[in-house]
Amino acid sequence: MQIELTINDKAVKWEVANDEFLADTLRSHGFLSVKKACDTSCCGLCTVWMDGKSMLSCSVLSLRAHGKKITTIEGLPKEAEEFAQILSAEGAEQCGFCSPGFIMSVLAMKNELVNPTEEEIIHYLTGNLCRCTGYMGQLRAIKIYLGVA
Amino acid sequence: MENVGQSIRKIDGMAIAMGKPVYTEDLAMPNALVVKILRSPHAFAKITSIDISKAESLEGVECILTFKDVPNARFTLAGQSYPEPSPYDRLILDQIVRYVGDEVAIIAAVDEKTALLAMKRIKVEYEVMEPVLDFEQAVGHPSVVHPEEDLSCNFEIGLQKENNITSSSHEEVGDVDEEFKRCAVVVEDVYYPQAQAHTMMETYRAFTYLDHAGRLIAVSSTQVPFHIKRQLARALQIPASKIRVIKPRIGGGFGGKQTGAGDVFAGLVTLKTGKPAMIIYDRKETFSATTSRHAMRLKVKLGADQEGFIRAIDMQVLSDTGAYGEHAPTVLGCVGHYTLPLYNKTRAVRFDGKAVYTNKMPAGAFRGYGATQGTFALESTVNMLAEQLKMDPTEIRLKNISKVGETFLTGPGVMLGSSSLDRCIAKGKELIGWEEKFPRREVGYNKVRAVGMAITMQGSGIANIGTASAEIRLNDDGNFTLLTGATDMGTGCDTILSQMAAEILEVPMEKIIVHAGDTDTSPYDPGSYASSTTYVAGGAVVKAAEELKNKILAQSAAILGVAPQDVEFDGLAVRTLSGDQEISFAKLAELTILGTGKLQLVGYATQGCEVSPPPYIAGFAEVEVDRETGKVDLIDYVAVIDCGTVINPNLARIQAEGGIAQGIGMALYEQVRYDEIGKMATNSFMQYKIPSRKDVGKVRIAFEESYEPTGPFGAKSIGEVVANTPPPAISHAIYNAVGVRENHLPITPEKVFLGMQKL
Ligand code: FES
Ligand code: FES
Repeated sequence: MQIELTINDKAVKWEVANDEFLADTLRSHGFLSVKKACDTSCCGLCTVWMDGKSMLSCSVLSLRAHGKKITTIEGLPKEAEEFAQILSAEGAEQCGFCSPGFIMSVLAMKNELVNPTEEEIIHYLTGNLCRCTGYMGQLRAIKIYLGVA
Repeated sequence: MENVGQSIRKIDGMAIAMGKPVYTEDLAMPNALVVKILRSPHAFAKITSIDISKAESLEGVECILTFKDVPNARFTLAGQSYPEPSPYDRLILDQIVRYVGDEVAIIAAVDEKTALLAMKRIKVEYEVMEPVLDFEQAVGHPSVVHPEEDLSCNFEIGLQKENNITSSSHEEVGDVDEEFKRCAVVVEDVYYPQAQAHTMMETYRAFTYLDHAGRLIAVSSTQVPFHIKRQLARALQIPASKIRVIKPRIGGGFGGKQTGAGDVFAGLVTLKTGKPAMIIYDRKETFSATTSRHAMRLKVKLGADQEGFIRAIDMQVLSDTGAYGEHAPTVLGCVGHYTLPLYNKTRAVRFDGKAVYTNKMPAGAFRGYGATQGTFALESTVNMLAEQLKMDPTEIRLKNISKVGETFLTGPGVMLGSSSLDRCIAKGKELIGWEEKFPRREVGYNKVRAVGMAITMQGSGIANIGTASAEIRLNDDGNFTLLTGATDMGTGCDTILSQMAAEILEVPMEKIIVHAGDTDTSPYDPGSYASSTTYVAGGAVVKAAEELKNKILAQSAAILGVAPQDVEFDGLAVRTLSGDQEISFAKLAELTILGTGKLQLVGYATQGCEVSPPPYIAGFAEVEVDRETGKVDLIDYVAVIDCGTVINPNLARIQAEGGIAQGIGMALYEQVRYDEIGKMATNSFMQYKIPSRKDVGKVRIAFEESYEPTGPFGAKSIGEVVANTPPPAISHAIYNAVGVRENHLPITPEKVFLGMQKL
């Protein structure tokens, strides 16, 4: 099936199978920032935006992206880099495998929540797992980023 | 110091954070065959027939391989220095399958769908045998997990395969039984630390192809490229010279990737077909068909005199190595090696252990490597002892720990070169608020808060075995290339090793290019495990940089026409002490490299380690327990660390926070479980819960630096020691809160609840 969508502000027409998931479609078109770490919608590594809202691309059929605006970290070089700089200044990108999905969630959170408390931050990001860092460094980076340190 | 001791950001940090294509899968050729594995549904069975005809005939299937198609040489997947202590007990595919998930057939096809369809069409018949599922019943079980004649070991590890004993270990100094009789207080208990899954976010994967010279290239998400090369050579029965292993960025390892996984399967497919092949273990396979931490039973008995000096320790260990013996003897040995030297007022010490085969997923290397299990058992018993003696748990430690310049009973002659453990304990007490909080406080609504503590040690490298080489060149353009075999797995060693080189060469970090983890170009390094990188590889880098520095000084002096002692480094140049002449590195490079009769300046060094200096941690937990439900909330965790000199504080802190979180997972949440037929019941993140950011509470790290005389810039290791304190410290805090001493990890609310009912 052919779908038409906007990927990082560029209109594209892609051929996809009925049972194909968006994460795989994105990777097969070279958006290799999209990582996968589970088959059960538990890890958050595949987080991208659909019409500006973060979602798990491993769990959405590519067909459902028809007519939508999809954003990956490749499409937000400036915004993502601003936060990535802070994250890496904390050393909180250890293996980095979880980082792109995590950053997409953090940027979405910044758009959605005004002056979030620590609890709200943690709650918002619970779906983004990280096995390396123990989360503390990520939290420090977020606080600096949001200016709530 | 300009570089060492600074929180310099990782040289690859921005690339990995921004999702650049730098991991194994990103680098694979798009036309690579997809490799899938058909796995055994039985815990123990013999394949009586296997029919691949219906699968083979499918369009797009490239090859299907069964036990009939693989070389007949047993090997080990354990990534260890040669001669490996782990038994050679597996074939790439075997006619006997030894656990649910063991490999039955390799399928390679043009795409995943075709490979999976082909897998369904393979017909296998099994003669099912009675599995050994309970590791406490393994010795003397009527079923023998490894009956084969051709199983072999490189040296005596105490293997008795007819009894399902993979390895045994016994160490005894002094008369333990006599000494216990003399003790005023003797305590004893039995502990069951569980199998834990590594759950690195990037699952196991490898991509293989043949290069222009017909050599097998494996791009592998591994911690041990050189060991993978040797393993592939043995398993595939081809010369090691025909293999190159490249480690790109990897998405976490935690010891898991010190054991080979899919490399042999992809490699075999590439050899058989001549085509590139890619194998990616999905999460389910990663949970159920790789390795976990060794589940163990540990009996610990401690005796102390009236004043609280620990005089006798007896530790008896049974370790479940599962279907294959990867890391079985060494993990077993480390249970004692990385716990017993903590306390040296002892007069008698005994360690006795066995690792046993069962029909479950193999256990393997996991951050902590036996020390984690040993620490849980020993430290929990020390906490019991303190209570019996009516001593503060921190006091009994301060009284008994080994100090600088001292030796310990089981390691005669090995003097402790550095320790600030006493300061770590003092600092931790202060940070957690021990004096006010120990042991417990009621906080109302049936809730009680309490604190607990534990100490731990690990090694830095493996004494007399660990080695690393490093090379640094002055390039033609005046920059430097650092070649190392150390394996950055996110831990930041590419950065840390550059920091050390930059420090010695007195140049900015940007002048140093690191190239690492490629068996064709890297000097030999066993890989990143056994807490080796900073200490051993770092030692090699320091030596190599010093050698290069001396060569640069000598060569510059010769060019400037002065004696070597009359020149010094100055920025990116060497100048005379009088300051009237100088030569830039770029000019020096030009004069030493370009043209005839020249010799490029290179520093090269190999560092072996004769000792394995222990890093230390004092860990303190504060928990809140709900008396009605048994629910435990971790309120605060304080870890104060002695890793010698801290080379990069930010990276060390992240290592510590991450390791503590894994330890918290082990204490409270995580457990690999099997059903009654031996099938893993926890093969996804739904059933196997790793801590989310809601589950770790607040973790606080502090460093109490010491100076290790044998370490680079005084550094010791940090990578593993951080995993060890949470299980005993949290368990202690829970006991102090509600009186439940739960020795089966993880300590779930159910167990606490039931424990309270029994009080
Ligand atoms: S891959 Fe794990 S949630 Fe999408
Ligand atoms: S940094 Fe490795 S999983 Fe988060």
